[in-house]
Formats: sequence, C-alpha cells, structure tokens
Amino acid sequence: MLEVFVFSTLNGLVTGLLLFMLASGLTLIFSMMGVLNFAHASFYMLGAYFAYSISLKLGFWAGLLVAPILVGTFGALVERYALRRVHAHGHVAELVFTFGLAFLIEEAVQFFWGADTKNYQSPDLLDFPLFTLFGQEFSAYRGFMITISVGIFLALYYVLTRSRIGIIIQAAITHPHTVASLGHNVPLIFMAVFGVGTGLAGVAGVIAGPVLTTFPGMAVVLGSIVFVIVVIGGLGSLGGAFVASLMIGLLQSYAIASNLGMPDLLNWLGLEFSRDHPLNDLWTLTLPQIAPVLPFLLLVLVLIFRPTGLAGKREE
Amino acid sequence: MGKFAAWVGYLIVLLGLPQLFDSVLAITIFNQMAIAIVFALSYNMLLGQGGMLSFGHAVYFGLGGFMAVHALIMIEFETVYFSITLIPLVGGLIGLIAAVFVGSFSTHKAGTVFAMISLGIGELVAASSLIFVSFFGGEAGVSADRTFGPPFFGVEFFQDVEIYYLSAGWVFVSTVFMYLFTQTPAGRMANAVRDNPERAEFIGYSARRVRFISFCTSGFFAGVAGGLFALNYEFITEENLNAVTSGRVLLMAYIGGLGYFIGPIIGAVVLTLMNSLLSNYTELWMLYLGMMFVLTVLFLPRGFAGFIMMHQTAWLRGKLSSLFLPYLITGTPAIMFGGSILAAIEMLHHEGEPFGFLFLTLDSGNTLHWLALAAVGAASYFACRRSLGQLNVAWEEANRMDNPTEGGPG
Repeated sequence: MLEVFVFSTLNGLVTGLLLFMLASGLTLIFSMMGVLNFAHASFYMLGAYFAYSISLKLGFWAGLLVAPILVGTFGALVERYALRRVHAHGHVAELVFTFGLAFLIEEAVQFFWGADTKNYQSPDLLDFPLFTLFGQEFSAYRGFMITISVGIFLALYYVLTRSRIGIIIQAAITHPHTVASLGHNVPLIFMAVFGVGTGLAGVAGVIAGPVLTTFPGMAVVLGSIVFVIVVIGGLGSLGGAFVASLMIGLLQSYAIASNLGMPDLLNWLGLEFSRDHPLNDLWTLTLPQIAPVLPFLLLVLVLIFRPTGLAGKREE
Repeated sequence: MGKFAAWVGYLIVLLGLPQLFDSVLAITIFNQMAIAIVFALSYNMLLGQGGMLSFGHAVYFGLGGFMAVHALIMIEFETVYFSITLIPLVGGLIGLIAAVFVGSFSTHKAGTVFAMISLGIGELVAASSLIFVSFFGGEAGVSADRTFGPPFFGVEFFQDVEIYYLSAGWVFVSTVFMYLFTQTPAGRMANAVRDNPERAEFIGYSARRVRFISFCTSGFFAGVAGGLFALNYEFITEENLNAVTSGRVLLMAYIGGLGYFIGPIIGAVVLTLMNSLLSNYTELWMLYLGMMFVLTVLFLPRGFAGFIMMHQTAWLRGKLSSLFLPYLITGTPAIMFGGSILAAIEMLHHEGEPFGFLFLTLDSGNTLHWLALAAVGAASYFACRRSLGQLNVAWEEANRMDNPTEGGPG
C-alpha cells in the first residue's frame, strides 16, 4: 500500500509539474491579452515533434535547446501577424482563432510527420534507475523532468518578481497605457510574452515527448486538462496555476492507482444490486475508470461554486 | 412581401433539390446538409444571437440523437407506438431537458466562464458515454431500424430520399421557428444581453434568464438535429456528442457568418459539400478545412454571409456592377496564388509519384514542375498585390456616401 502511495505521488508530481509548464505560459498569456489560447497545447506538440526531428540528426540535447526556441519564435510570429489582427474583432474572435489554429496545427503535424506514433527516445545518458524503492525503479529521466520543471518555475518566478523586465511585464498586464507612456514598447512586450509562453510549452513538449509518446493527438489529450488547471487555479494567477497543476496531477495519479469503486461503497453500506439492473454500469463504476473525467468534474464544480477559481481576483 | 418570397424560395429549394440531383451520393449529401443546417442554426442561436461561446453543443445534439435511436428501438419492439416522423421531436425534448438542467447553472455568466463550463460538460458527457455502456453502447454506439414504425400516408421510409423529404420538412419548420424566435421579445433581448448585459439589467431584464431561454431553445433544436441524424443513419456513436462534433458546428456557424440568420445555413452547406466532395479528391481535405477556417477568422470575421452583405450598400446604390471588373482583376491572380500553394502542398504530399491536379499532372520529382509552380505563385502574388490598390479605390467609389461605411473588402 505504501509503495503504491509513494509511486503515485512521484508520478503525480511529474505530471503535475509538466502540466504547470503549460499552464504557466497559458496563464501569463491570459493575463496579458485576456484571451485563453486554445492552441497552447498545440505548441507543446510542436515542441515534441521539432525535438524529435532534431534528435534524429543531432541528438536529444540539441533538441532540448533548439526546439523551444523554434516554437517560441513561431508563437511570437503568430501573435504578431495573426492574433493582433484578430484582436480588433473582439475576444470571441480571438478564442475562435486559437481554436482554429489548434485544429490547423494538428492537421499540419499529420501532414509533415504522418499520423503514426513517433519513436522519440529519451537520451541514453539518463537511461538508468535513479533509485530503487520497494523493489520498483524510478527512472532518472523522470527525475530530470522534475528538475527541469522546478528549475523553470523558479527562474520564471525570479524573473517576474525580481528583475526589471519582470516588473515591466507585470505593469504592462495591469496598466498597459501607463507603461506605454513611460516609453516601453507594449506590443513588443506582448509579443515577447507570447513567445516565451509558447516556448515554455515547447520545453514541456520536448521533455514529455519520450514519456507520453509523440503522436498527433497529444495536444488534444493535454489541451483541455491545461485549460481546466488554469480555470481552477484562477485565471491569471501563477500561484493558483501551480497549486492546481499539482492537485490535478496527484488526483489523477491516485485515482488511477487506487482500486476503489462503487462496489466497495455499496459493500460498506451493506447494499446489494443484481447484475441485470439497468443501472448496472453505475454500480460497477471504479475510480480508475473515472480518473480521466475527474478534472472536468472539478472544473464544472469550481465554476459553479467559485467562478474565480482558487486564487483568482474577484470579477468586477 | 420580399421576406415571404424568400421563405417560399427556401421551401422550393429544399423540396426541389432531389429532383435536380437524384444520385445516391447527392441524396446522402442533402441528408447531411439537412442535419447540419438545423444544428448550425441552433448553435448560432447561442453564439451569434446570444453571445455565448459553447464548446460543448454536441452534447444536446448527441443526447437527442441517442434518445431518438432508443425511441426507434422501442418502436421496433412495440413498446411505444407512434410514427417515426415524430422522432426529431423526441430528440428535441431530450435536448431541451438536458439544456434546462445544464443551463440552470451555466448561464449565470457569458464569456469565458460559460465557454469553460460548456467545455467541461462536453468532456464529462463524452467520457460518461463510454462508461455507461448499456445506454450509449460504448465505442460501437447503438443502432436501430427505422422501417418498423407505422407507415406515414403509405410511406415506410425504406429509402434515403423519403427520409430526405421528411428531413426537409423538419428543416423548414425548424428554420421558420428559429427565425420567428429571433423576432420575439426573448430573441431581441438575447441580442441586447449579448451586446450589453449591464444595460439590459438596468431596464429590468435578468440577463441570466434571457440567456437561459436562448440556451434551452438552442438545446431543443440541437436535439431535433440529433433526431434527424438518428433517422438518417439509424445509428449513433460517442463521436456524435464529443468535442469533435462540437468543434465542427462552431466551424460551420463561424465560417457561414455569425451575425446573420442565413450565415449558419451557408456554413452548413459549404462545409458539408467540402466534407463529402473534397474528401473524394484529396486526403488532405481536413488540412484545407483548417486553413480555410483560420483564413476566414483572419480576413472575413463576419463569415461568408458577412462578405455577401458587405455589398449591400453598393447594391442598393446600383454600383455593384462597377466592382465586377476590379474583383476579376484581383480575384484571378488571388485564386491562382491559392492554387499554386495547394499544388505545392499536394506535391509535398505525393512525394515521388505523379498525380493529377485539376487538369495538370504534377510530379514532385520533377524540378521543372517546382520552378514553374514557384514562377506562377510569385507572379500571381505580385499581380494580386499590385491590383489591390485599384480594388480599394473602386470599393471606396462604390460605397461613397455622406457618411462613408467602414472597412474594405478582405
């Protein structure tokens, strides 16, 4: 029991931190432009595919360096030449545009790389068990994922709160006109933030690709979960997004590892139902079965009872 | 009078289509169109008229469709006895019930909160449909047979064309009712709440209530569309209530044009045609669909219908003909440029083997083909750019009034 718990916690941490890398960029972009970027997970997928192609020629580490830069540049171009144009037509148009972009990127990935799963490998250097606990191995690559994620979180936190550029960014979020009057190029800041945010998604893609498999549906799998996190954490709140990422990561990991279900509950209550009852599916429901649904259940509940999320500001 | 003529024309087109094109493929496409039109119109009731962006509209379509299939099964096993012509109503009622339930908490706010709730509900229902196998049939879905019901004036609906006429009737009735809804105080207030909920509240309307009414009506018609789907295909799967279908209806409504009642109809027709015809010619039609969608959002924010309506001023002033030549001069190279991009994409796709493109045979192994393509592309691009100025001048000229209207073409 304990080993299951420890390993679910570790796996949940890995997933949660990975989700946070996506969520942090998404929430930064949201607080700047006020629009949720539906294509955010598509940039994550692009990161994985770029890194895969680079790793074939130059190896994993080159991919880790170059792919996020490519993704970030692409993101910045999208902001500069497309989003800014759509911005004039309002928020719905922006949201719909990013939705269309997500669709287009998925099709483009299938066009260039094909619909099959790519054999994107983690580097040999990290191909050893980091430690063995209760007879189970924890791979060094997962440890590496945790290190990168935590490192990026700390760096982001430091840049945003301690550096001059971070202070300008924070000011541009709340008072863009004042910042512009002080002589800063606000559109350029927006473009840079969009680029960095999508670049972070790219990093997540590079390091997640080998573990979560690199295939054209990978954006869809993670995309809506990241949305859930950003909303549950409170739109625009980095801290909230961090807590929500870990929460969702752990929740899913525990739910998958547990073997509890409705039969246990019914046993405990001393109730019994026959097998051919029309609601049989409900009485035999187990926790691992509903694990994928839990985030969305949480999302709907949070939106109903606390629409601002965990750490969101009160709406005017 | 003009409006009445438009409705009669609509009915004639709906009923006349199978007379003009009576191949099996055509009837299949018409049936798909009928379903898509009702679905897209119901979606526009939310987004276009009510300002509620939904990412889970397929839930009402799918639930209505599933219940309709179950109703067909019940008719088959004689649990209930009624004509299958009423099946869309079953779907509609289920859509309505689902919408009343979801709407009771999701219409509190519009904007991002509503969009996120709809996304969450959509994912929840789609995932649950795979868990509750006895009702949803799991991956395989549920199927039925529509021919067991009592005949409707001697028609037993063995053939698709009979179903088409039934669908056409439902499409017409649904369109009329959805149009009439926009004319009711509730429909008018939906527009007001979309544009400025605060002001609407100040004159005494509850924004939430107004949204709720739109939401429920929209759910009802989405369910009707689901019922039509069930009648046409006689089966339904999880895919009909998941995010893919929700995305497709958003695409249809947006490409057609949200601001106009006729927009979603145009979008539904265009997308169904692309879906069925383009997929015969190229494997990449989904890619083209995505490109078309993104380009529409970028350059035609009001959709195809908006593009057509842009010419209203010029038309009313009798100057539409003056735009014809500039359009031709700019449009021809623009189409050629688009064509060369498509040709390049297809050449990349068909690596190493010759393939037919329009009336040409292209081969990606042939450098000459690439060079010719690049030359045509570049030449048409510059021709298009050069003539754009003239088009703008002509546009200004055609629209010049005391108060000039905003915007130019494209």
